[in-house]
Amino acid sequence: MLTDLLGFPPQVLFGQLLLGLINGAFYAVLSLGLAVIFGLLNIVNFAHGALYMLGAFAAWALAHFLGLNYWVALFAAPVLVGGFGMLLERFLLRRLAGVDHLYGLLLTFGLALVIEGVFIKLFGASGQPYPTPKALTGGINLGFMFLPWYRGWVVVASLIACGVTWYIFEMTKIGAYLRAGTENPKLLQAFGVNVPLLTTLAYGYGVGLAAFAGVLAAPITQVSPLMGSNLIIVVFAVVVIGGMGSIMGAVVTGLAMGLIEGLTKVFWPEASATVIFFVMAVVLVLRPAGLFGRTA
Amino acid sequence: MKTLKTLALGASALAMASAASAEISDGKVKIGLLTDMSGTYSDLAGPGAVAAAEMAIEDFGGTVAGAPIELVTADHQNKADIAANKAREWGEAEQVDSFAELVTTSTALAVYEIAKQQNKVVLVSGAASSPLTNDACIPSGIHYTYSTTALANGTGKAVVAEGGDTWYFLTADYAFGQALEADVTKVVEGAGGKVLGSIRHPFPASDFSSFVLQAQASGAKVIGLANAGADTTNAIKAANEFGLVAGGQSIAALLMFITDVHALGLETAQGIQLTTGFYWDMDDETRAWSEKFMERTGKMPSMVQAGVYSSVSFYLKAIEATGSDDTDTVMEWMRDRPIDDFFAKGGTIRSDGRMVHDMYLARVKSPAESKGPWDYYEIVRTIPGEEAYGPLSDSTCPTK
Repeated sequence: MLTDLLGFPPQVLFGQLLLGLINGAFYAVLSLGLAVIFGLLNIVNFAHGALYMLGAFAAWALAHFLGLNYWVALFAAPVLVGGFGMLLERFLLRRLAGVDHLYGLLLTFGLALVIEGVFIKLFGASGQPYPTPKALTGGINLGFMFLPWYRGWVVVASLIACGVTWYIFEMTKIGAYLRAGTENPKLLQAFGVNVPLLTTLAYGYGVGLAAFAGVLAAPITQVSPLMGSNLIIVVFAVVVIGGMGSIMGAVVTGLAMGLIEGLTKVFWPEASATVIFFVMAVVLVLRPAGLFGRTA
Repeated sequence: MKTLKTLALGASALAMASAASAEISDGKVKIGLLTDMSGTYSDLAGPGAVAAAEMAIEDFGGTVAGAPIELVTADHQNKADIAANKAREWGEAEQVDSFAELVTTSTALAVYEIAKQQNKVVLVSGAASSPLTNDACIPSGIHYTYSTTALANGTGKAVVAEGGDTWYFLTADYAFGQALEADVTKVVEGAGGKVLGSIRHPFPASDFSSFVLQAQASGAKVIGLANAGADTTNAIKAANEFGLVAGGQSIAALLMFITDVHALGLETAQGIQLTTGFYWDMDDETRAWSEKFMERTGKMPSMVQAGVYSSVSFYLKAIEATGSDDTDTVMEWMRDRPIDDFFAKGGTIRSDGRMVHDMYLARVKSPAESKGPWDYYEIVRTIPGEEAYGPLSDSTCPTK
């Protein structure tokens, strides 16, 4: 057996693969939001990690101040944070339309630093605890590992979010408008479609996805101002590997990178933080547009 | 007329000051505090450590031996190169006399190098690693608050004594984590226990599920967490989630601060044993100082922050007594005298730079036991300084 050859019992391997899939689901939702934003707005959204963190904090605040539970937060937090994102787009990012990508990157990076700085000042770096929802505490013994219900739910919820996004963008009229808007905004406007509104909505949706991932993460890690910055660089690597702006690419690559990272954690834990960047370097050399990207 | 009088008074005061501070280099005492202001250790050190140093200076009256005391601070972002560059700049261009705090071992080691070249006093509070008083020691460095040796002799020993004789480590992959793992391994093996393995995780790591699963598979009775701050809290959360404790294994959080317990909440943290150099609720003195700290920062102090206050105060006392801020003079005075304040009773600074004082083995209370905010620890045992830090003869410091 291959697993015996590598010196690890199959149980350990299966467990790690499953965990990799769970982490990959996070990467998928986050990189999907980035891909949507890049595809439609041509903005490299470095504020994505901070907005993911805002989603988790929104869930915490809804529970702490208003007594609202996890299930409410799962819908309310993305709407709130998505709304905040739309304001950012309308009043800041829109001014950068038509200029080089670099400006959008710098602006969103600055925004991320400001948002994180404010939250560190307000809440401290150690963050706040957020309990696992009652219905999802405990877990099931799969034989090769103990799977907490909550982690299982994360995969299901993430795949649903990815599926819904794919459906909206590929199968609905609004999705068709959005795609047309990327190709030729002027022509679309001439048909009487409000393109600026569409762009704002698209950014809001991408941000909402980040916030959704933030709520999913809240019971797993501390709700901390730094939770986004630890993750965002990896997610960017995922988007680059998948191909900037490719929805399918973001989802498939997110899951695949989760698996590769999971395996690395068994065979060479010290390298688990860098393996994705190694893959990124290889992909950039062999296929500069990314695995699923279309060369211009 | 009144202005003239004030001027005259001012002038005479200045004259007196300059006479008194004849031995104070460039007429002032300048302390450079390097800490993590915004990263993963900023709650246990960071702005609270700055506040503690400010309190120490204020309580001293703002001047020492007639010279004004100045505090400069910088965020080293837990990066050794930033810490080293800042320390060099302060020492060369800004006449800084001493460096304080230095959470994260790699930054402390880097500043030790600079301080050795420039012959400046270093008052380490936040960094934990025992090499600071062993191979990496310098004559003007004081390792003040705690160390990985004390953590090993505290928590490590207690856990082995309770039957936890097989261990598996989750270790932060940098100098501190490795030092802590090595020190605890020594204690565990010395007591007849066995270390089954360890995993080195990246620092900081965001997801611990994979590492927890491997620890689970090891079958060890005790999973030792050789990490700190957010890494520790996230590892504990993952261990609870994946049923590690429910499966009969136990967790030894080898370094945990009160700020970590506060962040986790008692529901999750209850029952954890830890070793600390300070707890706010021990006697009237600790309470009085901690209440003042709380008023200023909104949080109870961590041992690192209390250690900053105590070490800075003791350093200022030495300057006051000797009338000099010369490094060798001040170090000699400090080595010869006991430290007696709210933080340490009869603490002594050894020739290897170790400040030896009593440590405490604590157990985190359950939500039912806790009577109010920040009522988190039950002190199980006082560990005498000698036992916590080991004898000087064990130190491999070449200049001891």
